[in-house]
Amino acid sequence: MRPLSFLDRERTVAGPGFSRWMVPPAALCIHLCIGQVYAFSVFNLPMTRLIGITAAAPGDWRLTELGWIFTLAIFFLGVSAAVLGRWVEEGGPRRAMFAAALCFGGGFLVAAAGVRLHDIWIIYLGYGVLGGIGLGLGYISPVSTLIKWFPDRPGMATGMAIMGFGGGALIASPLSVWLMARFSTPAHLGVAATFIVLGAGYFVFMMVGAAIVRIPAPGWRPAGWSPPARQPRLVTGANVYVYRALKTPQFWLIWWVLCLNVTAGIGVLGQASAMSQEMFPGKVSAVAAAGFVGLMSLFNMAGRFLWASASDLIGRKNTYFCFFILGIVLYALVPTTGRLGSVGLFVLCFVIIISMYGGGFSTVPAYLKDMFGTRYVGAIHGMLITAWSAAGVFGPVLVNYLRAYEIARGVPKADAYNLTMYLMAGLLVVGFFCNLLIGAVHERHHMPAVQDDATLLVQ
Amino acid sequence: MSTRIPSGTRTLHLILAWSFVGIPLLWGVLQTLRNAMKLFH
Repeated sequence: MRPLSFLDRERTVAGPGFSRWMVPPAALCIHLCIGQVYAFSVFNLPMTRLIGITAAAPGDWRLTELGWIFTLAIFFLGVSAAVLGRWVEEGGPRRAMFAAALCFGGGFLVAAAGVRLHDIWIIYLGYGVLGGIGLGLGYISPVSTLIKWFPDRPGMATGMAIMGFGGGALIASPLSVWLMARFSTPAHLGVAATFIVLGAGYFVFMMVGAAIVRIPAPGWRPAGWSPPARQPRLVTGANVYVYRALKTPQFWLIWWVLCLNVTAGIGVLGQASAMSQEMFPGKVSAVAAAGFVGLMSLFNMAGRFLWASASDLIGRKNTYFCFFILGIVLYALVPTTGRLGSVGLFVLCFVIIISMYGGGFSTVPAYLKDMFGTRYVGAIHGMLITAWSAAGVFGPVLVNYLRAYEIARGVPKADAYNLTMYLMAGLLVVGFFCNLLIGAVHERHHMPAVQDDATLLVQ
Repeated sequence: MSTRIPSGTRTLHLILAWSFVGIPLLWGVLQTLRNAMKLFH
């Protein structure tokens, strides 16, 4: 027997009596860990004074250099999800989760060595490249498994996992601060030790997920459930091969739908604290702004579960229509909240916007499943993650540069975000039309049923 | 040929699995909620 044979797909097939409700915790074990990436910024300030300890000293890293760690991790998340999606899909979830745990946990350990040796390139390689690959593998690995276990509620199932990605930052941020305080001494800030503990802890947590994950036996169905005799127009019972999906207009339309929805959300997410203080000078303090960011994180997480679950009832296309129509109205309303001086209305607009930002991520796997079937949905989802990477560049750049442009034109700081808000609403108009154009995938793209069955039998 | 895992799932397994992920998540939510409350002070 091969030493790592327990990772094989066939070793993860569930036996009779296995409860499908064991699979969401397995997925959450992965997503709660990799969601840490959103909290990486808590290390930025301590890492600017690793030499000086109390204040930055010559030779200490600058924030601009440290910003690349997060950027690299998100870039490699997209690249690995796109390139390794088929490997993840065909090898099964346990192998992918194991690899994700090794890369993500290992990335922290390498980064700890980088901190110890004060070599930023080692951190880029550790957390940025290796950790980023772990993020990509971990992000997509449980998605298709959950969809297969919950054919009756695919939105809710993937919503649960992807909610974990949002929740991961809520855990990692206070935990990292606590660990650094625990390990810091007058001689060092405890960053390297925190990295080691987090790396080891995340590896163990993710391995628990890998151990309990199962795939359903071929032909398994939830008790009392059978596929509807007549599928809704946009839902297919057939499968589309991963690379074939790239040749369909539907894939690229969904790519733009996700990209535009994320662009609109990610830009304001990064600027929420500064925006709230600048739009309401004297009314929102730095402490209150931090509270606002926290509130947005909660709605980001809750939106992932609630919107994806709602999509099971109203359909994916209609869910995205909600995102775009509501988003257009709310973004257009934000400058008015500033003019009215209504902090409450401003907060309300943004928590709904950010819930839809999260909902966009969690609804898309089920949208892909509806369009391309379940067989390669994980790999196709991996390809689609590139839309997130692109949005991660567009969003912040748009918000930052437009604000700077407005201030350079002499616009008061309180009004400097108005143009950005109208532009975000404009992007959502484009997204609305992309979503409108999505129709059922033509039958010529479907895998022949015989080939489909043969592939399943082999695996 | 696939090797099936013979055992079923007991309620205890479900409770343990959900607690394993639920407790840290709840802790993170409470910490964030406490932080978010500063907005309303």
